[in-house]
Amino acid sequence: MSSTPSSTTYVLRGVRPYGTDPVDVVLSDGVIAAIGAPGTIEAGEGQGAGAVVREIQAEGHVLLPGLVDLHTHLREPGREDAETVFSGTRAAAAGGFTAVHAMANTTPTQDTAGVVEQVYRLGQEAGWVDVHPIGAVTVGLGGEKLAELGAMADSAARVRVFSDDGKCVHDPVLMRRALEYVKAFDGVVAQHAQEPRLTEGAQMNEGVVSAQIGLTGWPAVAEESIIARDVLLAEHVGSRLHVCHLSTAGSVEIVRWAKGRGINVTAEVTPHHLVLTDDLARDYDPVFKVNPPLRTAKDVEAVREGLADGTIDIVATDHAPHPVEDKDCEWASAAFGMTGLETALSVVQQTMVDTGRMTWADVARVLSENPARIGRISATQGRPIAVGEPANLTLVDPAATRAIDGRTQVTASDNTPFQGMELPGRVVATFLRGRATVLDGAVVDGPGNGTGADGKTLEGAAR
Amino acid sequence: MKHLLTTQGLSKDDAILLLDTSAQMAATQSRENKKLPTLRGRTVVNLFYEDSTRTRISFETAAKRLSADVINFSAKGSSVSKGESLKDTALTLHAMGADAVVVRHSASGAAHQLAHAGWLDAGVLNAGDGMHQHPTQALLDAFTIRRHLVGNVGDDGRGPDSSVGADLAGLRIAIVGDVLHSRVARSNVYLLHTLGAEVTLVAPPTLVPVGVETWPCRVSYHLDETLEQWQPDAVMMLRVQRERMSGGSGAFFPSPMEYSRKFGFDARRLAVLPDHAIVMHPGPMNRGLEISAAAADHPRSVIVEQVANGVAVRMAALYLLLAGDDSTGSTSSNTGSTSTDERIAL
Repeated sequence: MSSTPSSTTYVLRGVRPYGTDPVDVVLSDGVIAAIGAPGTIEAGEGQGAGAVVREIQAEGHVLLPGLVDLHTHLREPGREDAETVFSGTRAAAAGGFTAVHAMANTTPTQDTAGVVEQVYRLGQEAGWVDVHPIGAVTVGLGGEKLAELGAMADSAARVRVFSDDGKCVHDPVLMRRALEYVKAFDGVVAQHAQEPRLTEGAQMNEGVVSAQIGLTGWPAVAEESIIARDVLLAEHVGSRLHVCHLSTAGSVEIVRWAKGRGINVTAEVTPHHLVLTDDLARDYDPVFKVNPPLRTAKDVEAVREGLADGTIDIVATDHAPHPVEDKDCEWASAAFGMTGLETALSVVQQTMVDTGRMTWADVARVLSENPARIGRISATQGRPIAVGEPANLTLVDPAATRAIDGRTQVTASDNTPFQGMELPGRVVATFLRGRATVLDGAVVDGPGNGTGADGKTLEGAAR
Repeated sequence: MKHLLTTQGLSKDDAILLLDTSAQMAATQSRENKKLPTLRGRTVVNLFYEDSTRTRISFETAAKRLSADVINFSAKGSSVSKGESLKDTALTLHAMGADAVVVRHSASGAAHQLAHAGWLDAGVLNAGDGMHQHPTQALLDAFTIRRHLVGNVGDDGRGPDSSVGADLAGLRIAIVGDVLHSRVARSNVYLLHTLGAEVTLVAPPTLVPVGVETWPCRVSYHLDETLEQWQPDAVMMLRVQRERMSGGSGAFFPSPMEYSRKFGFDARRLAVLPDHAIVMHPGPMNRGLEISAAAADHPRSVIVEQVANGVAVRMAALYLLLAGDDSTGSTSSNTGSTSTDERIAL
């Protein structure tokens, strides 16, 4: 990427890589320069005179490979009132991410080489994380005609993930063609599984709660039937399929079955589907309106189990910023979506680590290594914590707790479903190729971060 | 009671208080001067985002009979049609000092949000929100059922009502038709159950919501079987909206004729019922579809009386919301020990 390696050398004292035994880690020239037993590394060791060395006392903190989000809505171009590439990637850094995949449903749609290159360039200029644009599968997300997938793949943005997210590629022939076509450049179709006819006017999970509170139901079968069809299509044409934000127990079963058959499918779950249920709709607060909708406690348990046993490969945020007015209204008029970049790691810790269902190494797998692999960015992201590897790292204090307040989030939007909740864990530092984007739990607005290639501070949406 | 938003969770005591107060209100309505001074100086806003002639007029009449100032705010011809949000409208009503807001809205939950989103501190009376609830309709239905089947007011509904204080224990009520989209059905199921009645919903399976199993009622797909074998004391027909049949592959039933044959209420089906049974409909009716003219106009039909009772029930609801525990309004001269009855008789 464009940013130059940091000129500062960081020495992380007493950190626990993947939650294991403490070590000292030295980050220098954009890579992990040394790893040694605590106290065995001198500050400034191997550095030339005049080098800036900063020590970080981080005893007990967990060191993870920088987090990678496969599903982020950055909203730019088109909805800069909700989020910009700058504000969204700054929020990503605050949440411990070093790379995000920017979803295609912008205005104009990311369905041409020109638009994906624009988003890619905005990401580079912002400098907070690596931004990998996702290309639309169909022109304008219209579901009728393939977008120029090859042109996006060949562009400077080197698109490998294609998705009409927000809309389902519901035409089976079109889906088949897309799955086949992207094989030429090792791409993947990330499907938003939602049968459109079964979900016309849908507002929330169809079940006991929707029946009582009178909101039009979004039935689980509308998701499951598309996933079932798509895994069979992927098997038939020998393609790679990724299932976005699966949310139901039935979806987990289908993906488990497909993997058992050797079908090349990967699946993601969002943090909110790991913890929240449709009961939250009872007060009609649209902050809980999301697509796919919050499901039942049984579904929450199923996605946790699926994530723990590897059926679900990754956690992806589906970070969906919205301006206040799009949430401060009647449920039926409100926008779908929740922010997630700054709470994802805490939710995974709370639901999976603190419950004993996953280790921190598993967290690295589902929030960094696997998403990097699916997005075909494993050359730079989701790397092992080892000497010589790029210094894309996240330092977490798992013992900390914090009260979530949407108004103080780094993202330009306030809509968090965790408002007022106490969540465990805190991102203490994030490093992008050795450069600190977050230090002492706060984003670092300074050289390299939020600056363009010419070194000038960008007119960003930092709040 | 600060708001009346839903019948789900309404206590039996509150429900009976509402019905008893309605009975007192109804009694005042046979006087020559129907107007009570109870809500003098109070402002009631009718905020109607959906067309509804009868419900709006019913609330307007109720508020005026209680001497409240009434402001009708309809979506047509107001800034709502220019895209003003519910929130901004609420803030406006708050600034204008509305004491109670009667709201009808196509979005489920709109009344709940008005009451709880912090936009407004007036009492909120739900006059129908989407597919969710229409509590005063259920109350007027329960009131009508109680007068006829417990209070024995006679076929003309004009006899003395001896049902004050009573619930609906043991009565069987069939609610027939488009349950899926019906706020009237949802409100009635919970209220009638709370009052001790047994409820059976009768509809084609396409018009029964997924998730109905937690509702305190039974579900049948067969009207004739329900009428013959269960022998309901009251049959409540729900309006079938014509657009529900014209959805092509999304239509909820094959044709109006088939619906009418299997779920329409007519004189033949009326004859199967016990002699005391009554026929109800919240209106407006599709004569010839869910109910035949012969059934709608039959002496056992209480449909017109439901409309009349609607005014008394809405007077009671407004009264209990605005004057129930009032210390500054027109009832302020009453001491805490004054009964509701005496206050209304002012």
